[in-house]
Amino acid sequence: MKKFWKTGEPCVLATGAALAVILVMTLTLVGVVISNGFGFFWPRELVRLELKDGGIVLGQVMAREKNPVNGTRRLQLKVSNRDLYGQDFRWIDEQDITGRSVPADAVLVERREHGNFTGFLTGLSIEGLATATTGNLHETLEKARQAIKEKLAEEQVIRSRMTRLNERAERLRLKLLSLEYRGRQAAEIAEMTATREKLLAEFNTLNDQAAALHAAIARHSAQMTDATGTAKDIPLVDIVRVQQPNSMSFVAKTAAYASKLRELLFDDPRESNTEGGLFPAIFGTVMMVMLMSVFSLPFGVIAAVYLREYARDGIMTRLVRIAVNNLAGVPSIVYGVFGLGFFVYGVGGGIDKLLFPERLPTPTFGTGGILWSSLTLALLTVPVVIVATEESLASIPRGIREGSLALGATRFQTLTRILLPMATPGIMTGLILAMARAAGEVAPLMVVGVVKLAPSLPFDLNFPFFHMDRKFMHLGFHIYDVGFQSPNVEAAKPMVYITTLLLLAIVIIACSTAIYLRNQMRRKYTTSNF
Amino acid sequence: MTDKTTTATPAPILSVRDLNLFYGEKQALKNIQLDMHRNQVTAFIGPSGCGKSTLLRCFNRMNDLVESARIDGSIRLDGEEINAPTTDVISLRRRVGMVFQQSNPFPKSIYENIVYGMRIAGNNNKSELEETVERSLKAAAIWDEVKDRLHDSALGLSGGQAQRICIARAIAVNPEIILMDEPCSALDPISTLKIEELIEELKRKYTIIIVTHNMQQAARVSDVTGFFYLGELIECGTTRTMFTNPEKKQTEDYITGRFG
Repeated sequence: MKKFWKTGEPCVLATGAALAVILVMTLTLVGVVISNGFGFFWPRELVRLELKDGGIVLGQVMAREKNPVNGTRRLQLKVSNRDLYGQDFRWIDEQDITGRSVPADAVLVERREHGNFTGFLTGLSIEGLATATTGNLHETLEKARQAIKEKLAEEQVIRSRMTRLNERAERLRLKLLSLEYRGRQAAEIAEMTATREKLLAEFNTLNDQAAALHAAIARHSAQMTDATGTAKDIPLVDIVRVQQPNSMSFVAKTAAYASKLRELLFDDPRESNTEGGLFPAIFGTVMMVMLMSVFSLPFGVIAAVYLREYARDGIMTRLVRIAVNNLAGVPSIVYGVFGLGFFVYGVGGGIDKLLFPERLPTPTFGTGGILWSSLTLALLTVPVVIVATEESLASIPRGIREGSLALGATRFQTLTRILLPMATPGIMTGLILAMARAAGEVAPLMVVGVVKLAPSLPFDLNFPFFHMDRKFMHLGFHIYDVGFQSPNVEAAKPMVYITTLLLLAIVIIACSTAIYLRNQMRRKYTTSNF
Repeated sequence: MTDKTTTATPAPILSVRDLNLFYGEKQALKNIQLDMHRNQVTAFIGPSGCGKSTLLRCFNRMNDLVESARIDGSIRLDGEEINAPTTDVISLRRRVGMVFQQSNPFPKSIYENIVYGMRIAGNNNKSELEETVERSLKAAAIWDEVKDRLHDSALGLSGGQAQRICIARAIAVNPEIILMDEPCSALDPISTLKIEELIEELKRKYTIIIVTHNMQQAARVSDVTGFFYLGELIECGTTRTMFTNPEKKQTEDYITGRFG
């Protein structure tokens, strides 16, 4: 036995076991997220249940479990129709069920408000809408919705014109403010005020037009009943999607799934983020991480180069190095608070006083925004870049430096032509770690610029394209907000999984790209050993 | 072994007088007096840690990189003091090239390795660069082996080839002196032979100072040999005299392998 211990075999087993535990835990986490996230979009059948007490319910079975009170099996039914029943979900004991059927004509309607509606289509009021009515109510509904979509597109054209007008008017307002603040001639001001009035008048006319158009389309509605026969009129403009999951073929279900996935990736959120897409959050996360890299990488590399190549190796250098290493252990919320105090109130407030004094007390840069968030996270991740860069500079053989210097190169030439290219793979490793950390960080962002719902993206086609002062949405914060701050947590649960999955996917994609680039470079710069 | 009469040579290209070098408290070189002459191969021999590499690194001021190193005494290159504060280290290093113990090709193509010295001096004239590449690779006797893959990475070469690339790289900037710090210690016998033949060729144009652990090598390639022991230059003379009839007992013991 003693001999067995001496062989070192148990240690090898222990290391293997540790790795196995970590792998299992990671895979379980990813597996849970994937199965819960991806399953959510698959259209589930609508089940009609007759209960002992005479009630009838229609809904999708979401889960089955043992009732903790009486020990029987129960199932969770998503009955939807929040506006009629007050809640989306019901628990039903299996022993209370007397009848069960899957009606082929049951419909599931996704609405812009109040969640889904489940029930049956009984009629349409579409007078005035140029749609050919056929015998089939569902087909007519589809055609009517197509017509509505075209009308909505018209309205959208007007709305986007209104947005542009509004932006011009807003720019004029800000210009006026600054002119007044600087006490310029009244003539100029009067002229601009007049222009602005004209713009606003135009805006109002358009607004009336759009409102009239909308009112005209909003008249059309579909008459529905729920499982118990309660009637409900749903305006066609409120309908996002209509499905008859019980009579859908596999292909149709796949198409529905793809359409939901597309919505998730490219559309805006609805219903306080629990429905719809995640595009603004995806965009915000990616842009913030990229901005963070732009700040963190050069600063980290320059600092590391100084520490490793130029600073004398003394007590000071060693202290700085220890401090840098320990910086990585500071709780991230502390960085958030620092970012709020230093960047937002300090730097941002200073910029406002200097450049936009006329707008005060309304802050421009003196409030949370994507710029300050990226800078705060850059501060948080810069130690990682510094350490990685220093390590890779240190690992370059002495002979390479001496070889370059012996040919008459200055230290700076040696650095830029030989050392930095050779250190690039190591620097990239640092950047990968930094990006992974920054993408997952939420706490500091909550105080320096992330919001639940941002009215506009931090990048658009209006000058100056990158709006660094804007607040933004972030997948990590989205998880927190939807999962824990939502009024309807049960309905939001799948969204939490999906968001987590997307965040994971973004980190994996970003890191894989960086790793690919790093390996390309490594191939180019590997030192061979003789 | 050529048998030139060194006495007829006029002023030495490098002359070392009263040189003392300290690493912190430790004295690594003690009162060195030495002259080296144009187009000759001077070999430094001696046991490990005797200061021969340290002295070699004084000639192109590579010891500047060692923070604790302190030098006094004089080293004159063509009569100019190289440790003077006014000396331009960059141009000194271009006049005094160096080849290291471990071949150290840069992680670039063979071509870029050779032209590195010219590029950092700001010369990007394509035809000049190409001409230099060919001239230096031919001079380093490796042109035939690499002429078809000039733009491949220099890291793919064998140890002996890489070392000759490093020699070519040193030649490319037209130095007057080439310092070689145990250039063959990491090489196999065949590569060593090639480098030795190369040294024989190179001394027509350049002055070569070589540090070696290999007594036979010193005997084969050098005209003058200096024997170092514990930081002191024990004896220096023509290689033939040193190996056949040394003045000092210590030298004889070392050369005949009785110690060291």
